[in-house]
Amino acid sequence: MSFRPPAIAVFSSAIVAALITLTPPAQAHEYKVVDGAIAVSLTGQAGDPVNGKKTAVHRKKGNCLACHSLPIPEQQFHGEIGPDLNGVASRYSEGEIRARIVDPKLANADTIMPAFHRTEGLFRQIEKFKGKTILSAQEVEDIVAYLMTLTE
Amino acid sequence: MLHRLFILSGVAALGLVAMPPASVAGEWGAYEVGDIRSGYTYAAEETRAIQDDEFGNPGFIWVDYGEELWSDVDGAAGKSCESCHGDASAMKDGVSGMKGVATKYPVFSESMGKPINIEQQINNCRVNNMEADPYKWESKEMLSMTTYVKYQSHGMPVNVDISGAIAPFYEKGKNFYYKRRGQLDMACSNCHVDNAGNMIRANLLSQGMANGFPTYRLKWQKPGSLHRRFRGCNKQVRAKPYANGSDEYVNLEVFLTHRSNGLPIETPAVRN
Ligand code: HEC
Ligand code: HEC
Ligand code: HEC
Repeated sequence: MSFRPPAIAVFSSAIVAALITLTPPAQAHEYKVVDGAIAVSLTGQAGDPVNGKKTAVHRKKGNCLACHSLPIPEQQFHGEIGPDLNGVASRYSEGEIRARIVDPKLANADTIMPAFHRTEGLFRQIEKFKGKTILSAQEVEDIVAYLMTLTE
Repeated sequence: MLHRLFILSGVAALGLVAMPPASVAGEWGAYEVGDIRSGYTYAAEETRAIQDDEFGNPGFIWVDYGEELWSDVDGAAGKSCESCHGDASAMKDGVSGMKGVATKYPVFSESMGKPINIEQQINNCRVNNMEADPYKWESKEMLSMTTYVKYQSHGMPVNVDISGAIAPFYEKGKNFYYKRRGQLDMACSNCHVDNAGNMIRANLLSQGMANGFPTYRLKWQKPGSLHRRFRGCNKQVRAKPYANGSDEYVNLEVFLTHRSNGLPIETPAVRN
């Protein structure tokens, strides 16, 4: 059993700052890793698989197709850096998939795959991305929900 | 790597990507030295054909303009490159000739106390020997003169010496190469060592060698310097790039060019 200190996702963009006046302050998303899995939704909400598919494809968001193949034949060019994600839900639990997206370095420190919901331990980030995660907690949940539809 | 076999068959089954050029050891002639392969061997067949066509390779427009500049008198000293260096195509002998010069760059400069690359050497001559303004880094003039000078060594093997005073700068460049950076947290090595030969979306990753620079980029319709490539490869992992000509990039160039030792100088190479 491994335990990781809470990861604090700091939302500091002007847009989010502006939204804060309208909505409650953005949550700092803590998570607990047990046996390589994050069992609980980061937001407490279920993910939306339709949105998750879009976010996974989006080049400025998940951009998962840079490295993986997904069962989305209408998209040209699927990367071959990582394994085919078709059938991934038959191989891993939801919690394992969530941990893999939040911070794949938990499972493999040498992996090329970026941590999509981590802000600490990074070097020379472009200013506008400083303190920001690649994906928001809900975007992670949406992609988890999408990947959970990929059974074989 | 088991999963690679798996993915290759998966991708082929979906018919999504063209198969990369085969990589049987020894089939690339001079473009392959031991484990080291030029970006040429990863380029598409059509791209290689453009590079190989001496009349069709658009990089020669810059070679030709560099040749014009070579004999243009400029600056307060009333000299051209030719005044001192004579026929650029002659083998370097004393001050005259440029053939073979590019193979050893970057070199350690005693006067600067650090390594300099060809662009910086060209500007040293413009400022100190011609009393002319330095060329701006990515200008047509700088790209043309660099391309022209490197072209004089076309086909000769890269031969950077990292012994002596340059050694600590080589080490810094090596650390840069293996250091993860940016929001995507990737090192140069993650793509160009660990994944050379794999498709990253629509691009086939090469070993990221330095022997073809400045390379003519088909998508830009013009050549780009090696440091511009460094900036691009930094920015795509959302890492803050350094300035063209910065010490960091020159050190990285020392490491990377030494890594390319033995490969032929291909300038002007053609790449996507
Ligand atoms: C830069 C390349 C890269 C990107 C981008 C990337 N991955 Fe990965 N991924 C990998 C690699 C390589 C592995 C293989 C395991 C390892 O390296 O530890 C992997 C493994 C995985 C696994 C485990 C699969 C298995 O069968 O073992 C999942 C799930 C996964 N990635 C999901 C994603 C999702 C979802 C995205 C987009 C949000 C994504 N990856 C983006 C490179 C990448
Ligand atoms: C007034 C004479 C003079 C002029 C004009 C001049 N140079 Fe030089 N250049 C030198 C000297 C002296 C050296 C150092 C000795 C050597 O290595 O050739 C040198 C060195 C070089 C070198 C490095 C050679 C090596 O083997 O490391 C390059 C490249 C070079 N010059 C290019 C140029 C270019 C391009 C121009 C025109 C823009 C130019 N030079 C103009 C005198 C000159
Ligand atoms: C996310 C993957 C990635 C990373 C990380 C990366 N590059 Fe690249 N690089 C590419 C791609 C894609 C290309 C174009 C195809 C090719 O030649 O690999 C490229 C091309 C190059 C080339 C041109 C090769 C040629 O033959 O023209 C050089 C040189 C290079 N990279 C150096 C670097 C250096 C130095 C770093 C680290 C600062 C780096 N790259 C980091 C993806 C990457």
